[in-house]
Amino acid sequence: MADNNKRNAGFLGSIATAPSTDEFIKGLWRDNPVFVQVLGMCPVLAVSNTAENALAMGLATTFVLLMSNILVSSLRNFIPKQVRIASYILIIATFVTIIDYVIQAISIELHKSLGAFISLIVVNCLILSRAEAFASKNTIGKSILDALGMGVGFTFALFCLGAVRELLGNGSLFDYSLFPANFQNWIVMILPAGGFFTLAIWLLLFNSMKKKE
Amino acid sequence: MNESKSIPVSSSASSGKMLQAMVGIGVLCALLIVLTYEGTFDRIEQNKAVALEQAIFKVLPGITQTEAYQFNENNAFSLLDSENTDREIIYAGFDSNDQLVGVAITTSGQGYADILRILYGYDIEKEAIIGIHVLESKETPGLGDKIEKDANFLENFKALDVSLNENKSELNNTVVTVKNGTKQNPWEVDGITGATISSRAIGDMLGLSTKRWVPLVFKNKDSFKIQKVEE
Repeated sequence: MADNNKRNAGFLGSIATAPSTDEFIKGLWRDNPVFVQVLGMCPVLAVSNTAENALAMGLATTFVLLMSNILVSSLRNFIPKQVRIASYILIIATFVTIIDYVIQAISIELHKSLGAFISLIVVNCLILSRAEAFASKNTIGKSILDALGMGVGFTFALFCLGAVRELLGNGSLFDYSLFPANFQNWIVMILPAGGFFTLAIWLLLFNSMKKKE
Repeated sequence: MNESKSIPVSSSASSGKMLQAMVGIGVLCALLIVLTYEGTFDRIEQNKAVALEQAIFKVLPGITQTEAYQFNENNAFSLLDSENTDREIIYAGFDSNDQLVGVAITTSGQGYADILRILYGYDIEKEAIIGIHVLESKETPGLGDKIEKDANFLENFKALDVSLNENKSELNNTVVTVKNGTKQNPWEVDGITGATISSRAIGDMLGLSTKRWVPLVFKNKDSFKIQKVEE
């Protein structure tokens, strides 16, 4: 029953004209982009090898998602249907270029550790799917809440993976050693295979939690 | 009747409108990118300069000051006179007694993912490379990026032999990367298992760069002098 109420609130929230907090909450939990929609797997698996990288990538993606949602939503009546995908890609690529410069201006070291994955935000299907499925049909207010919810949900999921992988693969969290010196690092956790293992375990946990609800 | 009228109207926007939308968005995006580029340019250059200076002190241990030199057409080095030169630049490092310790040289080459750019320190007296630092790399996290983190690999560059022949005109041996665990000579770089291409790229880059620069730097070693301002 409680579940039904929640679902109704979500449905009403999306058709009501005023932005509702449900737009924000859905990305965090009910429609979490990684644990429920399983979107944007390239950065999720590739850049979640340390907690710091995961957090930085999550925040960069959130920025691009937020800005592209705002622009797509404000231009939704101006962009003809036939050229919408090309327009969205152009908008997304612009904000990725901007965040690339901004990260370099903040820290060259951080830019170095994220490497090629910043440019790959352009092809993150989460961002294009939010532009196409949500921002192009909703008001700016709702699109901002949707982007923030999805972005924070994505960052949270990336951090969950990054923390576990760094802890087991490197014995540390945010570069602070947490295990005794004789701890044997599980090298596989930093390698791509470790990304798949950790994702599978988190999906299992997340789904069993949702089932219990 | 109504339906047949509404179909053509709803199915297509005019070509002009499509063009207008695309061009409009293109101009807006271009403006945003250029503004960000202009706004962050100074800061990024400053960050890069700081990172480079830190790297010079790292690859030439024991130095207390550094000067940038440009390479001129007459095969000689002179103090860098303008920041906006298209000449090649190397950095000389001096100790607290104003004595030349060595020079730091940048070089780049194709890595596994993208172009790698590194800085290495050449000790003129020891005739050896005494340190390297990766300036730019997009190598795979956890694998290729071991070239920056693997302690055993970095051990190669504490005294990598780049000695010159009797005429001081060319190197005795070219730097080369060998398979992990098979290093036998002081000019060989012990590779990394799991980062074969990246570690080989470092060896190749150093091989090419030292072949060109080491004889030149050695020949001109007297031109690297600390410039004292007369008071």
